[in-house]
Amino acid sequence: MRTAKTIILYILLIMSAAVMVFPIFYAFMISFMEGREVLGGRIIPQSFTFDNYMSAFERVPLLRYLWNSFIVSLAIMVGQLVVSSLAAFAFAFLTFRGRDFLFFLFISTMMIPWEATMVPNFMTVQKLGWLNTYTGLTVPFFALAFGTFLLRQHFKTIPIELYEASLVAGISRFRFFWSVVLPVSKTSLVTLGIYSFLTAWNMYLWPLLVTNNDSVRTVQIGLKQMQSQEISTEWGVVMAAVVIVILPTLILLFAGQKRLQSGLTQGAIK
Amino acid sequence: MKAETELPVKVEEKEKGRRTLPMFVQGALYLSPSLVLFFIFLFYPMARTIYLSLFLTDGQGEPIRFVGFENFTYLFQSPSFQNSIKATVLFVLYTVPAGILLALFLAIIANEKLKGIGFFRTIFSSTMGMSVAASSVIWMFMYNPAIGLFNQIVQVFGLSETQWLLDPKYALLAVSAATIWMNTGFAFLVLLGGLQNIDQQLYEYAKIAGVGYFYQLRKITLPLLSPTLFFIITVSLINAFQTFGQIDMLTKGGPIETTNVIVYSIYKDAFINHNIGSASAQAVLLFFAILLVTLLQFKIGEKKVHYQ
Repeated sequence: MRTAKTIILYILLIMSAAVMVFPIFYAFMISFMEGREVLGGRIIPQSFTFDNYMSAFERVPLLRYLWNSFIVSLAIMVGQLVVSSLAAFAFAFLTFRGRDFLFFLFISTMMIPWEATMVPNFMTVQKLGWLNTYTGLTVPFFALAFGTFLLRQHFKTIPIELYEASLVAGISRFRFFWSVVLPVSKTSLVTLGIYSFLTAWNMYLWPLLVTNNDSVRTVQIGLKQMQSQEISTEWGVVMAAVVIVILPTLILLFAGQKRLQSGLTQGAIK
Repeated sequence: MKAETELPVKVEEKEKGRRTLPMFVQGALYLSPSLVLFFIFLFYPMARTIYLSLFLTDGQGEPIRFVGFENFTYLFQSPSFQNSIKATVLFVLYTVPAGILLALFLAIIANEKLKGIGFFRTIFSSTMGMSVAASSVIWMFMYNPAIGLFNQIVQVFGLSETQWLLDPKYALLAVSAATIWMNTGFAFLVLLGGLQNIDQQLYEYAKIAGVGYFYQLRKITLPLLSPTLFFIITVSLINAFQTFGQIDMLTKGGPIETTNVIVYSIYKDAFINHNIGSASAQAVLLFFAILLVTLLQFKIGEKKVHYQ
């Protein structure tokens, strides 16, 4: 009875995993194939070749795009961590008139779909002269209500007595924030950091709008370009680029999966 | 849900003795980066969108003439927009229920304590690390009429080749299937987290009582998972309304506008046709649609959801 259940579970798990992972596996396989093998509709290459990877780096400024994506994702991650943790600190420790109203204001930001604001945002960024700059790609995303709530939840687990005692001892609020609250909340900060980096790396619509040359274009938009230019002939090269683009985030995800999961669940329930 | 922890008043009284900024100013200082950014990049543009939706605009998005609700009446009479609404609603119906059921199934089988379960969890969550652009390239290849996987499968069954992304009958379904796959990782991770938060004792009791697997699932797992389920339904609905990347990469809204979902339609009107007034009107409708979904969920959620 018990073994029967286990066997059924393993069968279900293996079958589901095969289906879920197939597109990624397929992309890896195609990226190692020669052109004629791709066109022949093979799934596993006869011999593995790295030519596609060479071509991918030669044909498009892939390194440049990767660098741009890295800078943009890192900037958004740091920006969101700084801005969200400051706000979360105020909501968790300070009491002042209008706090509840401001908290409500933060909640209300989650009801505004970003896409509904993109046209005026594009015009703002254009007027500020931020088109084709890292600033234009990153700054509009620094404030994040979700991040604020996530961190506030963790900050509130710090005993309020500690805060009071530090005030009595004459330690400034910012000092308390910097040397007590942040170090204690490292796990939440890492969770939010992973989430921010993943989301920023995978951003599509905004980089599409605010970049029109290679200088700061991110790798996602680079993929779109490759796909529309090389479509029928060079699938192997395009897939090699796909693999290069997904590797960093897949590694980050696998490394941070446990933390991400508990972080997301906290966001869901509280 | 925890109540707000109120700070004891005595701290504030002590403060008054010292020469420090009033609490309100201090709070505002910590909140100011967020507030400034929200105002510039969220509240102002939302208000501006609503404002522009009532105007005829030039190509640069400067209002020319006040037209009241004309942009809206024009939209509702336009077959193209009606089509866009239809595409959006169908897209939501195709992707949300199926996507959540799939993720729930995966989360339930991955919540068992078995050898090597971590490996399966990693696989099931992997699409969360996949960008829309990368996923779209892969699916585009799989849908390729000549060499893609789907037509190879179809041929095994002796059926004729299909132009998955160019046939109005299949294009939206094809994009939906790709979308479900892309979103599964996130929904899976959230639901698995929810399952792991359920008190294991309950299952021990159930085992002692000799209750069967599916009865446990129905009476313990699903009710206690309902807050998480509720969260993921809301997020999935909102995400589905906001879909853009895969449409842009796979179909560009075609064929004959069958996949022209609302955000793609806004993008096309604003940045290709330079009709900012119409784009703004559609953005306002998107805003209200999402607001409605959120409010409805809150209302239903309060009544039906079981909190631990």
